[in-house]
Amino acid sequence: MISGLLFAIGLAGVIIRRNIIVIFMCLEMMLAAASLTLVAFSRFHTVDGLPDYDGQMLVFFVITVAAAEVAVGLAIIVSLYRARQTIQTDELTSLRG
Amino acid sequence: MENLPWFLLLIPIASAAIIQLGLKKSAALSSALSTISVLATFIIAVLLLGKDFASSFNWIEAGTLRLNIGFKLDQLATCMMIVVTGIGLLVHIFSLGYMRDDPAKARYFGCLSLFMFSMTGIVLSSNFVMMFIFWELVGLSSYLLIGHWYQKDTAADAAKKAFLVNRIGDFGFMIGILMLWAITGTVVFEAMNGASLDTAGTYLAGTAILLVFCGAVGKSAQLPLHVWLPDAMEGPTPVSALIHAATMVAAGVYMMARTFFSLGITAENMGILGNAPDVIAWVGGITSLVAALMATQQNDIKKILAYSTLSQLGYMVMAVGLIAPEAGMFHLFTHAWFKALLFLGSGAVIYACHHEQDIWKMGGLLKKMPITAITFLIGTLSLTAVPFTSGFYSKENILIAAKDSPLLYIAIGVAALTTFYMFRLFFIAFLGKARDSGSEDAREAPVVMWVPLALLAVAVIASPFFSQFFPTNGHVEVHAVPHFGDKLVLMSLGAFATGFVFAFLLYFGKDKEPISIPLFRNKFYLDIIYQRLVTVFQDAIAALVHFFDNFIIGGLLVGGATRSAQGVGNIFRRFAQNGSLSSYAYLMGLGAVLVIYFTVFAK
Repeated sequence: MISGLLFAIGLAGVIIRRNIIVIFMCLEMMLAAASLTLVAFSRFHTVDGLPDYDGQMLVFFVITVAAAEVAVGLAIIVSLYRARQTIQTDELTSLRG
Repeated sequence: MENLPWFLLLIPIASAAIIQLGLKKSAALSSALSTISVLATFIIAVLLLGKDFASSFNWIEAGTLRLNIGFKLDQLATCMMIVVTGIGLLVHIFSLGYMRDDPAKARYFGCLSLFMFSMTGIVLSSNFVMMFIFWELVGLSSYLLIGHWYQKDTAADAAKKAFLVNRIGDFGFMIGILMLWAITGTVVFEAMNGASLDTAGTYLAGTAILLVFCGAVGKSAQLPLHVWLPDAMEGPTPVSALIHAATMVAAGVYMMARTFFSLGITAENMGILGNAPDVIAWVGGITSLVAALMATQQNDIKKILAYSTLSQLGYMVMAVGLIAPEAGMFHLFTHAWFKALLFLGSGAVIYACHHEQDIWKMGGLLKKMPITAITFLIGTLSLTAVPFTSGFYSKENILIAAKDSPLLYIAIGVAALTTFYMFRLFFIAFLGKARDSGSEDAREAPVVMWVPLALLAVAVIASPFFSQFFPTNGHVEVHAVPHFGDKLVLMSLGAFATGFVFAFLLYFGKDKEPISIPLFRNKFYLDIIYQRLVTVFQDAIAALVHFFDNFIIGGLLVGGATRSAQGVGNIFRRFAQNGSLSSYAYLMGLGAVLVIYFTVFAK
């Protein structure tokens, strides 16, 4: 439930906020929520009296992917700032038409 | 002998094809080839006189529809073939002289051969559909020949007018053929009989015959489709002689005679056609009257002869309408010879007066061109039905056919008018003194031109003697000694005398037109009426179509399609393509939710 709430907050932030860095932070929050879901389910879905470790392995992968994606995303933001001198999404409208 | 009639068709079309494909450069060869081909067809036609047989081969066979191409030779057809090939031969010989200096002689002779082919096809055809095909071909040949000097605007317009007016008649003709086909179940002439007309009822049968008559109205230039014939005089004079005096315009009468013979319509059973024969007879009578009135005021020698042809055709159609098609055909037969003679005579006159056609500029030609003048006089006498000429016998038969009808008085009146305008022509053009430089140095026509004239004069005088070959069905009296006590003979003699006296009083020795009746001279203003009518209709239809095109097709359909496409696009533009990243993210999230919903929760 908490993870669902975290996910929803992250989603709302991605949609509503205008600062790109804040959007990225919300995106990270969504990923964290997803990992929390995985861990929770692994703890409560037991196999032979022990937690189901498949979920925890998947969390490892998710964290790795998140880290890589953040690196690439921040690189894109930096180049975008260099090109447009702004990080407010309102002003990035060259795709309009 | 059985295959000989096919040559009548093949020789002219071969000549036309060879001239068109190979000999356009050589005028002498083309004229020689064309003339030899006509000579050959004439010889074949003479050989076939009196024969009576038919032959055909399958052309279209589709289910129950069978159409043949073939010929049907009987007295009617063989007689007509003599007329067509004989006059054709003499016209070809005359053209050798008349068109000597023409630059397009090869094309002329090619078109003449094409015409011979088409006219032969009409005469020999064994069924209505084949006759219709050749009917149209004859119209085409007429177009080509009238427009021979197409560089002249009036000639090109006249050719167009002839073809279009013909087409209007042909439209009715086609519908009539289809109706007759539906009623009698066949188009072959031999297989038709009148019994099916009986069961169809008078309205259907009468309408079918009237529609078929429409074709004759167009081709034989009856009122209201007569307007093309005077304009057709723009063509060379031999063309006028062949096509518009002797043969093509007679095709309408021939077709009506064929129809009546095939359906077995006689005076006894004409009731099955309802009022149709009366309509036909009155159309013919009124045409002859109106045309004769118009002819009295014309000043161009060819136009006078053209209106005279119209008038005589009216006689023939009147005879057909009075259920005496044999009388009509007999008049056609004699008329062909003397009208061709008159036209070729006028051609010789025009040629000698250096292409001058106004009779008020001619005069004194009797002394300068005696042979032409004498043959022209013979033709005139025959046309005006002086006793003992062939025209007299044929006109008598028509008067006999008309004797129980008020049309008799119209016929007598037209006879008087005919005498009047023909002798007007003769007095002005041939007697008196030369009125202009053209006729001052007129000389007798060259041999190649007056020999056909002489031969035609002989034919005019001698044609009643060959009545044994003629399809009389016992209804036509040919070459009987006229009973001078008979009332009809007296009336026609009286008409002749009246016309002659008036012409003499008004025109003998005069130098300019003493009376002037604009109504007749302007052809009853019919041309102008037609032109206004056509213009009004065309403009109205054009405006309607323009509106339809611009507003409905352009505006609503095409414009509507573009505008709706644009509208739908704008909707997408506003929602999905607005360039703001947050809305893109929103839509992506929405899409993800929907995908998850549809894959996981909804089946």
